Amino acid sequence: MIKQLCTANYAGGWTFSICGNANRNARGCGAGIYPITPQTEVVETMVDLYNKGLIKKGRIFHVESEHSALAACIGMSMEGARAFTATSSNGALYMAENIVCSALLRLPIVMQIVNRTLGPEWNIWAEQGESLLFRDWGWIQIYCEDNQEFVDHILMAFYISENHKVLLPSMLCVDAFILSHTLMPVLLPTQEEADQYLPSLDLPHRLKVENPCTVGGLSAPRITASHRYQMEADFANVFPVYREAQDHFEKIFHRRPTDPVSGYCVEDAEVIVVASATVASTVRKAVDKFRAQGKKVGLLKFKMLRPFPTELFLSVVKNADKIAVIDRNFALGAPQKVGGIFCQDIVAALGSVASAKLVQSYILGIGGLDVTGDQIDFVINDIFSRSQPTQSLWGGL
Amino acid sequence: MNGLQNHSNKNHSNKNQSSLIRSQNTNCAGCGMSVALNLLGDVLGNNVKMAIPACCGIVTAHSFPFSAYKVPVIASTFAASSMVAAGMKVIQELNHESCHVLAFAGDGGTFDIGLACLSSNAERNENIIYVCYDNEVYGNTGAQRSSATPLGASTTTTPLGKTGFKKDIMAIMAAHRIPYAATLSVGFPDDFTQKVRLASTIKGFRFLHILSPCTPNWKIEPSQTIRLARLAVETGVFPLYEVFEGAKYKVTIRPKELRPVEQYFSLQKRFSRMSPETKNAFERAIHNNWNRLLQLEEIYPA
Repeated sequence: MIKQLCTANYAGGWTFSICGNANRNARGCGAGIYPITPQTEVVETMVDLYNKGLIKKGRIFHVESEHSALAACIGMSMEGARAFTATSSNGALYMAENIVCSALLRLPIVMQIVNRTLGPEWNIWAEQGESLLFRDWGWIQIYCEDNQEFVDHILMAFYISENHKVLLPSMLCVDAFILSHTLMPVLLPTQEEADQYLPSLDLPHRLKVENPCTVGGLSAPRITASHRYQMEADFANVFPVYREAQDHFEKIFHRRPTDPVSGYCVEDAEVIVVASATVASTVRKAVDKFRAQGKKVGLLKFKMLRPFPTELFLSVVKNADKIAVIDRNFALGAPQKVGGIFCQDIVAALGSVASAKLVQSYILGIGGLDVTGDQIDFVINDIFSRSQPTQSLWGGL
Repeated sequence: MNGLQNHSNKNHSNKNQSSLIRSQNTNCAGCGMSVALNLLGDVLGNNVKMAIPACCGIVTAHSFPFSAYKVPVIASTFAASSMVAAGMKVIQELNHESCHVLAFAGDGGTFDIGLACLSSNAERNENIIYVCYDNEVYGNTGAQRSSATPLGASTTTTPLGKTGFKKDIMAIMAAHRIPYAATLSVGFPDDFTQKVRLASTIKGFRFLHILSPCTPNWKIEPSQTIRLARLAVETGVFPLYEVFEGAKYKVTIRPKELRPVEQYFSLQKRFSRMSPETKNAFERAIHNNWNRLLQLEEIYPA
């Protein structure tokens, strides 16, 4: 491991490149790149490392749009290469068609999304709208709390996505500026470590002249339905493969990435606050403060939204009476005006076991608003005193 | 230089085994694109992979798990065939594989939705063969105008005839200074295959623009496909030429004099609503273009 003070974007550029190069004894690697604030340093770093000769067998395509950035990855991945890219906000929307296409073609592409507010209006700060638009189309979705977690999950993502039981792409999300542009001490993988961690990619359906078939062409409804059903079945394989990826990670790096959802002070908690990405850090501090006052509150950090880790989630919250869900996103016009998307999923997960827990949705940090300690204090006080759920409560307006 | 009079067709139609496409596919009788695929296969063999966007070319493959293609094909998203092909090609090169990678797209995927992507790949001089089979209409969706639709042609979205000229895609591609750009006609198979052969030996971005008569959308008889493909050349509607490095020109089929364009119009119901004024404007534009091409060839010979 190389200990370095770096931004998530630099860490991403480094780790993507190292992971790509780890496939040099197989079919190689590649990226399609197109800049967008606040992702730009990722692609600049990739190019810098590429120019320094770090990638022995690969290519970076300097393309004209995000749509082509991912199309380049699709072409390379279809040929069995390890492909990756990064984008943000409206860039992801311009890419939309190929985002869905990558998953439907079962290509293990890994993409960094710097979560940035969708526009107009033109707002470059953190919000999760763009990645959540692609929640339902077969991408594994990881929301990272800090730069280290992001680095670790790039390695994990290739490991999981490329597993033959999975073969689905991964989306790794980091909050705009809060992580993308913030220097943190990070342990970056060396080439040797990445080589040890990642097996070579062997894409079973890569295009071969000796086996001519048409991929992604016309398909009858029953065939399409079967393929989609198969995707859902394979999505469930992410959970055991995730554990395998953790075990393997621990062997090589002597640290263990956390579970898809993880609890903090949850065993005896009456109230659990659910948060994703960087907001989880702020909540953890607040939990410490309230615990010191004897209040039984805990944190559930929601890291992997897709596939939704239902069993794990239910086991973490089993002892709590009330759940406060903080969302840095909002689905307009949702039932009961509960527009927090993590919250909607949590309500559905609890509904599946007819739980009587009180769930309240809080909307913080929209448009990149700071999510402050005071706001978390308000959330915790509110959920303790609350007897009925109501519509999403907005903070910071 | 091949004159029309001594240009012979050497039994291409006798081949019943194409390298690219299987017989008994479901394409329309008289489909120009099918002829183009046969001719491409005659030269390139089956050491080929293709990226095909939304267009008749991907419907040709027919339904999963079957494929009418004898080579691996990936259905790209509509705008991205050239990028997917370039991605494939690069990984093959890194692995020392020599197969030809084609982007095979219609005029919609080339002139319209795929233009930015095409331009970007041409600008970087990616090592692929881009084939545009141009039937001058959104054919798959039932004949809506594209920017390749010629002046005066009726489509479902230009029922009274298109009011603007066809986009000059060859000039756009030449402006990218790519190593090779050529126009091809299924009515001139020897010229066609010569160009494909030449393209296959060149490194870098190669652009092949094929006029592909479309029986349902041009409203023509299947028996007229080849005749119209020839007439398009003989009237100057679709001159056959090559552009090297975007700078050097070579006209490959040179009619002694252009036939009256009315012969081309009269066989196609899509031109039936054309006014005499529009026909005149069309003919003037064709003659200007033809003369311009001859001048370019004279000043900047290949």
